[in-house]
Amino acid sequence: MDINTILGPREQFIQGDTACVYGALLAGCSFFAGYPITPATEISEGMSRLLPKIGGTYIQMEDEIASLGAIIGASWTGKKTMTATSGPGFSLMQENLGYALMTETPCVIVNVQRGGPSTGQPTRASQGDVMQARYGSHGDYEIIVLSPSSVQEMLDLTIRAFNLSEKYRVPVILLADESIGHMREKITIPEHTLIINRTLVDIDYTEYKPFRAGYLHATKIPEFDTFGSKYNTYVTGLTHNKDGFPVTGDWKVHSDLIKRLSRKITDNIDDICEMDCRFLNYAESVIISYGISARPALSAVEMARTMEKNVAYINLKTIWPFNYEFISEVSKQVDKIVVVEMNMGQIYHCVKEAVEGRCDVELVSSLGGRVPTPKDILEVLK
Amino acid sequence: MISNKELHDKYIKKAMMPSILCAGCGNGTVLNATLRAIDVLDMDLDNMVFVSGIGCSSRLNAYINADALHATHGRALAFATGIKAGNPKLDVVVFTGDGDCAGIGGNHFIHAIRRNIGLTVIAINNYTYGMTGGQMSPTTPQKSISTTSPYGAIDHPFDLAELAKAAGAPYVARWTIAHPLQLQRAIKKGLKNNGFSFIEVLSPCPTSFWRRNKVRNFETIYNWYKENTVTIKKAKEHPDKIPIGELKNIDKDEWTDLWKSLVSEVRI
Repeated sequence: MDINTILGPREQFIQGDTACVYGALLAGCSFFAGYPITPATEISEGMSRLLPKIGGTYIQMEDEIASLGAIIGASWTGKKTMTATSGPGFSLMQENLGYALMTETPCVIVNVQRGGPSTGQPTRASQGDVMQARYGSHGDYEIIVLSPSSVQEMLDLTIRAFNLSEKYRVPVILLADESIGHMREKITIPEHTLIINRTLVDIDYTEYKPFRAGYLHATKIPEFDTFGSKYNTYVTGLTHNKDGFPVTGDWKVHSDLIKRLSRKITDNIDDICEMDCRFLNYAESVIISYGISARPALSAVEMARTMEKNVAYINLKTIWPFNYEFISEVSKQVDKIVVVEMNMGQIYHCVKEAVEGRCDVELVSSLGGRVPTPKDILEVLK
Repeated sequence: MISNKELHDKYIKKAMMPSILCAGCGNGTVLNATLRAIDVLDMDLDNMVFVSGIGCSSRLNAYINADALHATHGRALAFATGIKAGNPKLDVVVFTGDGDCAGIGGNHFIHAIRRNIGLTVIAINNYTYGMTGGQMSPTTPQKSISTTSPYGAIDHPFDLAELAKAAGAPYVARWTIAHPLQLQRAIKKGLKNNGFSFIEVLSPCPTSFWRRNKVRNFETIYNWYKENTVTIKKAKEHPDKIPIGELKNIDKDEWTDLWKSLVSEVRI
């Protein structure tokens, strides 16, 4: 039976975590490994219920380290794979996240954020892991992180996460939060889903080099060899040359590899960065937010505009890579940028860096799971 | 029987030679026995994946002409579980060591066994963290000298094979590098066994373990493995020695088979 039949009616009233499950299955995910954790457990539960119905595989692992290890392993058998967790589990995943980046393994990691540090507030929303999602694993790297601000976006951005992961051979993080994960809203299951699959290697056996990019197309992304095919691939987290063999003492090999891994993302910022921008023309100030806090931000913008304040709205649906160039351009036009986020100020610092003092940058910060209200934001716009 | 030269030409990646292993290291014997077992069984290398963690033991899969994954430290069994569950048709072999398997990877070890997922795990136990220069490991015998037990180890060591048995592995064997043919036969049985197979190999690290314990002659080291082990049949008569041989061999439902039958019931 096809996936749309299994998911049921086109329009449904469901939880964000369930919408993530639907999005994954629509994107072609057939392998999930996970470990229970509030507030992401419903994703594991949904996957354990639906994956066997479509002949996929669900496996409950002993911890989050093993969960990410298992989906990386399964990805090398050609499966589209996902795991889901929250802050404490995401901390455990940083080791294998670096492995997935270094080995260019497509996979999707969902982090339904809760209050931290440590065990923090298991049932309260937070956006405290924004910098961890960018810099949490050791070494230099670029990564893709998407942030949904509605249940519908939880579905849509999960599909997008798989597509970007397959296209760029990079782990993609869906950085949701407890309020989106547990919120129930109406969703519409798309009639047609755009699906991108990794490009499989198809060249002469003797010419095959697993980590040589640009064989057939001008790209920095090597073509993929599935385990069990006629090609032999050695996958290692050590610095490797184009043959995939460890070369750990040569600065040039390391430098070339790290630069290619970074540039395959930064060269494609226009393709990767998706934003919801409103009222930007002739705006005097702009509110930048993402995730759940983008919703009161939009309400605040609409309220301010009825009070004849020329305020614009930017919802960063893609948080990382951060579009410095775009925010820099915006700062040339406006007098003030207000960043709204549920942490002590994380994206705020990137905005300040992009603005380079050209306009005022203010932070509306809300902690403890309290979603900021439009009134909080309007205060700053006065 | 296939000669070493033929074995080398058939299975070894020439570009990776010479190996990084020290003179007197037991890893070469383990690789030799593994490849011979594969050759006797006439297995298709294209259908095999060799997974490993971090450490000297875990470098072995780099030398084989086949798909291989060199995972993060201690996580080889988690990655291997994903590969086997992702494509149950693949034959997945794991190379690991005492530190990788029972130190940092201890939790993955007991849970992979608990699930009884169809992996053949070859654990090279050299009583030390060799690649980092010889620190105390979870299997270092008491009173041994290492760089982190300079006055002699006081920790009680793990018995890897007993641990595997207790966690529920259906096939468990232990041999030493002084028993290459028995080892080859055990690996062959492990490869044929459908469930989780665990083969522990007692193997010397002359550079980092034995040198610090004042044994510098390879013949003495080699004989130590013969003199301090006893076959399972005679183990009761020699309680001071390490039992070697086939320690467990039972039938048990394998995870990917169980999943397959669950799917056939649930699938719409």
